Amino acid sequence: MYCDMVTINVMDKIMYGLHRQGRISFYMTNTGEEAVQIGSAAALTLEDTIYAQYREAGVLLHRGQPLAKFMNQCYGNCEDDGKGRQMPVHYGSKELNFMTISSPLTTQLPQAVGAAYAFKLDKKNACVACYFGEGATSEGDAHAAFNFAATLSCPVVFLCRNNGYAISTPVLEQLKGDGIAAKGPAYGINTIRVDGNDVLAMYYATKSAREFCIKQKKPVLIEAMTYRIGHHSTSDDSTVYRSVNEISQWDAHSPLVRFRLYLESLGLWCQKKEQELIDSTKKEIFRAFGEAECKSKPHWKNLFTDVYKEIPDHIRKQMNQMEKHLEEFKEHYPLSSFTHTK
Amino acid sequence: MMMLSKLSTRLRYVGRKLLLSSGEFSAGPKSHARGTHFKYFPCEKPIVAGETQKLNMYQAINHGLNIALENNPRSVVFGEDVAFGGVFRCTMDLKNRYGANRVFNTPLCEQGIAGFGIGLANAGILAIAEIQFADYIFPAFDQLVNEAAKMRYRSGNMFDCGKLTIRAPCGAVGHGGLYHSQSPEAYFAHTPGLKIVVPRGAMHAKGLLLSCIDEPDPCIIFEPKTLYRIAVEEVPVAHYKIEIGKAEIVRSGDAVTLVGWGTQVHVLLEVADLVQEKLGVSCEVIDLVSILPWDAELVCKSAKKTGRVIVAHEAPMTNGFGAEIAATIQTECFLHLEAPVQRVTGWDCPFPHIFEPFYLPDKWRCFAAVRDSLKY
Repeated sequence: MYCDMVTINVMDKIMYGLHRQGRISFYMTNTGEEAVQIGSAAALTLEDTIYAQYREAGVLLHRGQPLAKFMNQCYGNCEDDGKGRQMPVHYGSKELNFMTISSPLTTQLPQAVGAAYAFKLDKKNACVACYFGEGATSEGDAHAAFNFAATLSCPVVFLCRNNGYAISTPVLEQLKGDGIAAKGPAYGINTIRVDGNDVLAMYYATKSAREFCIKQKKPVLIEAMTYRIGHHSTSDDSTVYRSVNEISQWDAHSPLVRFRLYLESLGLWCQKKEQELIDSTKKEIFRAFGEAECKSKPHWKNLFTDVYKEIPDHIRKQMNQMEKHLEEFKEHYPLSSFTHTK
Repeated sequence: MMMLSKLSTRLRYVGRKLLLSSGEFSAGPKSHARGTHFKYFPCEKPIVAGETQKLNMYQAINHGLNIALENNPRSVVFGEDVAFGGVFRCTMDLKNRYGANRVFNTPLCEQGIAGFGIGLANAGILAIAEIQFADYIFPAFDQLVNEAAKMRYRSGNMFDCGKLTIRAPCGAVGHGGLYHSQSPEAYFAHTPGLKIVVPRGAMHAKGLLLSCIDEPDPCIIFEPKTLYRIAVEEVPVAHYKIEIGKAEIVRSGDAVTLVGWGTQVHVLLEVADLVQEKLGVSCEVIDLVSILPWDAELVCKSAKKTGRVIVAHEAPMTNGFGAEIAATIQTECFLHLEAPVQRVTGWDCPFPHIFEPFYLPDKWRCFAAVRDSLKY
């Protein structure tokens, strides 16, 4: 668990830097929320389907996603499972049972409930875990999901990352009640609030929630209290709306620091091991992104496929139009980096 | 049951007596009872061979749902008030037959219904969702347009919700006012990834529903609610499908092409009769059947033959689906056209209550358009 927390932290720093150099178009870090992600992920199995928002790369990493796949997605190269169609950090993995992320906030919540209902029908010994931020709970879809999950008795774990901010909006402007956890009982949902910077607390809360919801066929809501140490995204400078002092206070007690101290107190970890881990992780990430950067983009025709299962006539016609156009005007398009035929 | 039906007969009798004594019934044309703006033209022969049964449209839909639930144990029907049979009776008896786990009410929340259905479909369950009126599909617009339509594309074909079908009653019903009359197909037709169909009667409703259910893409079937009881015809008993993306020539002709879908097809058939009778020429009437993808090939072929086209739909004109059809005909058939393509549609107003007879693109407005086109 600790290694994954460090890995996601190191990857974030490097990817953030790559964005600064203009080598990828966008990025969102997970800094400060490593414990929420890894702690909960460790309590779930691969049978459990994940519906995530966008700040849950650690969950995917813990499930076994290779670093190269993260890089491929961010670069949108020919090895990206998503075929380069979405913005960076919109990961997904069929084999790791992690639904592809989409930008519209909270839409995944009622979807997760539907999937959980399917699990109940199929009598699966698994649950659906659905991640979202505290800002997302203000959307109507959150209300829909909580109510459907309760009335239709669905085995879903709602995992709210309450990190204090939705971009620039502090939680006090987001809601007036007692956080997200207070909403659960109003829907008839068993609810717990957890120190989201304590990886072991996250682990045990999620483990119990999972067991409860599979056995009882009922939803559980977990509100993980944490703090978004990084900027919202690479398009955001968070010091405009919050103090550097506030950030550094949280940074000093980050989930990484806390778990490291615990491991050291047990004699399981030391400074030397820490340095070795960071060095080897950096090396691995640099290699992975170097490779990802060199790969060509998918063939431009992938722009037209997968809109439907089969390409309908009108879309095929448009694809042929584009092909003809490119024959005549090829020098005006970046065709050379899109030559891969896959 | 027996007592209830006796009671209702009695009540109807009493009600009728009251109305008669107040002169309401004898007033004839002044009656506020519902009248329709069209005459129903049943399909002359069933689309497939085999046993048929005389059914109205809601019964045909009920048959289709029965087949879907029977054939696939991993299928569910859900929405507001579907468990007791639905406000239009389409889901009658399904809960008793297939269990409350598979036919169930949801909370009253359209965005939840659509999102929930997407999740079921993600997990491989055949999900048949009902939105009570097409007018109330807009809270689900985000889930349908941003999520359902784009899921396969954005995930590089890793995930999809092709097993999702949305049913929604649409269209004019005589007295539906603003929020029980809308035809929102054009909003969805602007969304790559969705498939949209509109049946014109009982046989089409069952066949198209079964096609939507089998289709590997998310589908919306808009059911013209005025046809639920009126549209009675012989419907094949067995499982059959009507291909999505294919239009149908309901009547051949050579002077003018009339294109419509849903209830409007019946209006156009009556217009064709009027034109024959009063102007002595024949109209080709096309039921578009499928809004997305639509059968441009068949429509353009007819347009090239007749040289004159009228597109008619209940929805407002500006940016209605007729605009797409007219633009395509203009591009594909420019040299064959003898007159501008005309659109006869609802006006660019909300759908009004008492003004409905003036709002609809009825047979007289369509007839006038045909006459003008022939004179052009």
